[in-house]
Amino acid sequence: MDNVIRRRTPAARLARALLLTVLILAALFYLMPLVVMLLTSVKPLEEIRAGSLLALPMNPTFSPWVKAWGEACTGMRCDGVSVYFFNSIAIVIPAVLISTTVGALNGYALTKWRFKGSELVFALMLFGCFIPFQVVLLPMAQTLGWLGLASSRAGLVLVHVIFGIAFTTLFFRNFYVAIPNELVSAAKLDGAGFFRIFWRILLPVSAPIIVVSVIWQFTQIWNDFLFGVAFSAHDTQPVTVALNNLVNTSTGVREYNVDMAAAMIAALPTLVVYVLAGKYFVRGLTAGSVKG
Amino acid sequence: MSTVSSPTRPARVARGRPAGARLQDWLPRLVLSPSIAISLFFVYGFMIWTFVLSLTNSRMLPSYDFVGFAQYARLMTNERWWVAATNLGIFGGLFVVICLGLGLLLAILLDQRIRQEGALRTLYLYPMALSFIVTGVVWKWLLNPGLGIQAMVRGWGFEDFTFNWLTDPDMAIYTLVIAAVWQASGFVMALFLAGLRGIDDSIIKAAQLDGASLPRIYWRVVIPCLRPVVFSAVMILSHIAIKSFDLVVALTGGGPGYATDLPATFMYTHAFTRAQIGLGSASAILMLGGVLAILIPYLYSELRSRKHG
Repeated sequence: MDNVIRRRTPAARLARALLLTVLILAALFYLMPLVVMLLTSVKPLEEIRAGSLLALPMNPTFSPWVKAWGEACTGMRCDGVSVYFFNSIAIVIPAVLISTTVGALNGYALTKWRFKGSELVFALMLFGCFIPFQVVLLPMAQTLGWLGLASSRAGLVLVHVIFGIAFTTLFFRNFYVAIPNELVSAAKLDGAGFFRIFWRILLPVSAPIIVVSVIWQFTQIWNDFLFGVAFSAHDTQPVTVALNNLVNTSTGVREYNVDMAAAMIAALPTLVVYVLAGKYFVRGLTAGSVKG
Repeated sequence: MSTVSSPTRPARVARGRPAGARLQDWLPRLVLSPSIAISLFFVYGFMIWTFVLSLTNSRMLPSYDFVGFAQYARLMTNERWWVAATNLGIFGGLFVVICLGLGLLLAILLDQRIRQEGALRTLYLYPMALSFIVTGVVWKWLLNPGLGIQAMVRGWGFEDFTFNWLTDPDMAIYTLVIAAVWQASGFVMALFLAGLRGIDDSIIKAAQLDGASLPRIYWRVVIPCLRPVVFSAVMILSHIAIKSFDLVVALTGGGPGYATDLPATFMYTHAFTRAQIGLGSASAILMLGGVLAILIPYLYSELRSRKHG
């Protein structure tokens, strides 16, 4: 936009300074919890009790991180969050890969091979993005039991795939709808089949939307708590559930530094993804909301 | 078909028709069918199933003793449900309004050709990448009266400073608002910023030529252009509010007492830990009703604007 204060009158300069101040204060508000979390996670307990939140650690120590990773108690067990961190990884990777693949094929079939009722199918599936998951929890618990997947990582993968497909289909459908049909029609005339056209024409241009879908699914599933707490047992919990247990375990002294280190460990994977690929993260967030 | 002019067409059709071509016709539907089946069973089927459960007197285990709408009647006289529903009103209302205000303000300020825009935007938005559990754990630490913000400000010399909302049953609900706004307002900022970048410059230039002041231009010209963004943002934010579960669990645990229960935690507690499956199902169905009440007007207006545009 071109409505910038350009004349450098004293008033304008003051306005500019005020503007920057507000923006920086806002940045501090967003940044503060992360800074406090980091600072607290490297302070010894005595320093936490004696000093203030924002005080820099006088004797920085990495031991809360070590303890959070390998020794802290989460409910019954005391072997840190590492087991659960790997549980999350074991759940996230297959769930992201499967839901993205299925979403890509769905989006492709819905846009390039339209048939009578394909729009209805899309609307039908899209609704899955909006339901509050509380409405599926009880039947899901029972169904997982019937399938022999109760409290297993495979069961959680299945749940995340089922409720992720609506989002991935939406991403790919909206992306493929903007790709001209001429290429696909020409390929069809040449006798190329369904998968061949997908492989040769659609997939090579899909990199951006694959990244969006993978990041969205990764963040959603990594950060999930509801399904994790409802459908897991002690040894199959994802890291978010373990973190909550760790913080709320009431035995012994409250070790705030270990709590914060564990929170950092649970937060790091999605934070790293955000820092590396923020653009795609934002695109995923807005994909369902701002219609192009 | 527009391909009649192609000379090779008839031969190809004649050759490919029998098995291969028919398979090609059905392949897209075949590829979609597992997803359709999943959606029908796991989304629609489960919704009906939960509704059926809400009509039974299921307690520890699902039973199919139908009691009509008795669970809904119980819900209507359940004080804890009303606390949860009222909390959702307070939490949801404040969360949506503050996120919109803060998001719009930051977006407008950031849109003034700030050199550090990229860095600031990254800082505003990163909480959205975190789990609500992490957010809850951090804010629980910041808001704990003994060692958190209250203690810090007292340490600066303001001995009477009090900020103990987390332990105050009347104020604890507002701690959820603070943490949720912290997490989601940057996202609303990003939505508005995208909206601002999409506004045609010439409208603003025309207003400037007319001698309108900058605040006036924003109030009268720019913000009205953002109406669709506001609409989407309200939709997404209220959806987050209704689903809020993890944040409550991690930050307040629904407490003190059940002062910060929300429908999502009410449902989980009754269905999974208090052996009240029937009552829990009824509350889940009411949550679904709440989502539909927001969703249907949204979809309606989306479809209408698409037809006109």
